[in-house]
Amino acid sequence: MKNNRRLLATPYFFWAAAFIIIPLGMVFYYGLTDKSGALSFSNISAIASPENWKALMLSLLLSLISTLICLLLAYPLALILCNLHVNQSSFIVLIFILPMWMNFLLRTLAWQTLLEKTGVINSILKFLHLPVMDIINTPYAIILGMVYNFLPFMVLPLFNVLSKIDRNVVNAARDLGANSFQTFVKIIFPLSLPGVISGITMVFVPALTTFVISDLLGGSKILLIGNVIEQEFKQASNWHAGSGLSLVLMIFIIISMIITEKYDKDGGVIS
Amino acid sequence: MKKSLVLLLCLCLGLMTIGCGSKSSPNGKVVVYNWGEYIDPDVLTMFQEETGIEVVYDEFETNEIMYPKVESGASKYDVICPSDYMIQKMIEHDLLSEINFDNVPNSTNIGKDYWTQSKQFDPDNLYSVPYCWGTVGILYNKTMVDEPVTSWSVLWDEKYADNILMQDSVRDAFMVALSYAGHSINSTDPAQLEEARDLLIQQKPLTQAYVIDQVRDKMIGGEAAIGVIYSGEAIFTQRENPDLEYVIPDEGTNIWIDSWVIPKNAENKENAEKFIDYMCRADIALKNFDYITYSTPNDAAKELIEDDDIRNSQIAFPDLSQYKLSTFSYLGEEMDEYYNQLWKEVKSE
Repeated sequence: MKNNRRLLATPYFFWAAAFIIIPLGMVFYYGLTDKSGALSFSNISAIASPENWKALMLSLLLSLISTLICLLLAYPLALILCNLHVNQSSFIVLIFILPMWMNFLLRTLAWQTLLEKTGVINSILKFLHLPVMDIINTPYAIILGMVYNFLPFMVLPLFNVLSKIDRNVVNAARDLGANSFQTFVKIIFPLSLPGVISGITMVFVPALTTFVISDLLGGSKILLIGNVIEQEFKQASNWHAGSGLSLVLMIFIIISMIITEKYDKDGGVIS
Repeated sequence: MKKSLVLLLCLCLGLMTIGCGSKSSPNGKVVVYNWGEYIDPDVLTMFQEETGIEVVYDEFETNEIMYPKVESGASKYDVICPSDYMIQKMIEHDLLSEINFDNVPNSTNIGKDYWTQSKQFDPDNLYSVPYCWGTVGILYNKTMVDEPVTSWSVLWDEKYADNILMQDSVRDAFMVALSYAGHSINSTDPAQLEEARDLLIQQKPLTQAYVIDQVRDKMIGGEAAIGVIYSGEAIFTQRENPDLEYVIPDEGTNIWIDSWVIPKNAENKENAEKFIDYMCRADIALKNFDYITYSTPNDAAKELIEDDDIRNSQIAFPDLSQYKLSTFSYLGEEMDEYYNQLWKEVKSE
């Protein structure tokens, strides 16, 4: 019986080996060697060059802002969803997931058309004699793109956690004289922390590494760390430098995963 | 255990039948790697119908993106259409195989001048067959630009801030800055290149975006006033928006040729030669020209153009003696890296 179960895991083992472990090993190999194949840390230390450092800092800044905006938008929404009847809430969740059925590249391209100087939004604004919006090819457009694309990844974990909070806990707090603000700060928010943390990771990590959004909505003028890596691979065909920078980026991703892991365990204890 | 073996067998059988399915075309296939929007799709269908060879078609956006894919050999192509300097690089790195011109009889349709021009990167005309050629120039919207444009300097004019589209490819971007500064477009002098970089950095706040294929749509839509563009796109954009005008700046520019080549690791070399031959047929070259509007080096096809305006168009077939034109050459690995480094400095500014 036990043997059989292990057998079931074999496809996953091959999958993991072929598409996770081997590629990761290759990234490490390329990242830690130079063109002649000798061991070298120059690809890693390349992050300290002014262009790369600036790109990394800008990526961190933009993804932090986007994550924060996502959180501020998603939390109230998740609360509202939880308070609706089951039918209504699943309908609204469906509406939120619906755009994800379409390719995210197409959706980002659509934003380009919407935001352009002569685009849809500006045409409407002009028609109404309102001041036009000029954010395409600026960091603001990139943040907008990130928030738009990654918002569902924040809403869903929050909704999951919030909907599982026992109503009786909230009622007990109210019974003991807490007003709604106190209930939120002392009961609801701490209980939802695992959802908040996993939402933050699910938004922060893809936002930090994106290169498509910054390319399409930033007019290739704004270089994020994802773009730098992309250019090393595609334009400069320098796989060593690209892999080295990817390893640096991985450090940030691992840090955020460690944080998640820690809070997820706590979450397990509470529930 | 037995069950899983059976399952595995079924899977193998299934895969085998899929494998057989793709061999349906009697004369094998040809894998083509070409620039985006660089062929009339009907031509591909016609080729398949006439020869029974299945065409597998793939596209790239810049020479630099194409090169590593071919070099690594990860995907095996039979016919590729790179530009001059990239062909030189591929020849130097021994990536191309000689074309057997006995199998490409229609190559005689290509004008003599273009074979001579090709010798700059393919000294004995062994590896490449010209497909399209053109210049790089400025496309501007007459309703948005007041003065006649004759110089690259318009790209540094603050009047047009946020209305300028630049090419998002290393060599083309530096070509503009180097020409503007009066240097060779194949410069390897660090002082000149740094000057070009500083010019590009100075220009960056004025540019609306760095784009490649999108210049066309953005200019047609009136999204920008001035764009750096390949001459071949100019006729197409003018068809869609008559306010647009194309000029070759006085300081000179790049004249380029994109040619068909066959990589060393091609699996269907004979089919590749058939494909190149088909592309050189006058009626096919004309069909492609009508569709993509890039100047054709095919003299026989040019004769077939019915519209006098287009046959004598200064955009499609300019009088080359009038302009200062030069071709890109491959500058070596180290220079490539240096250019990339400088370009990154521009982009991160």
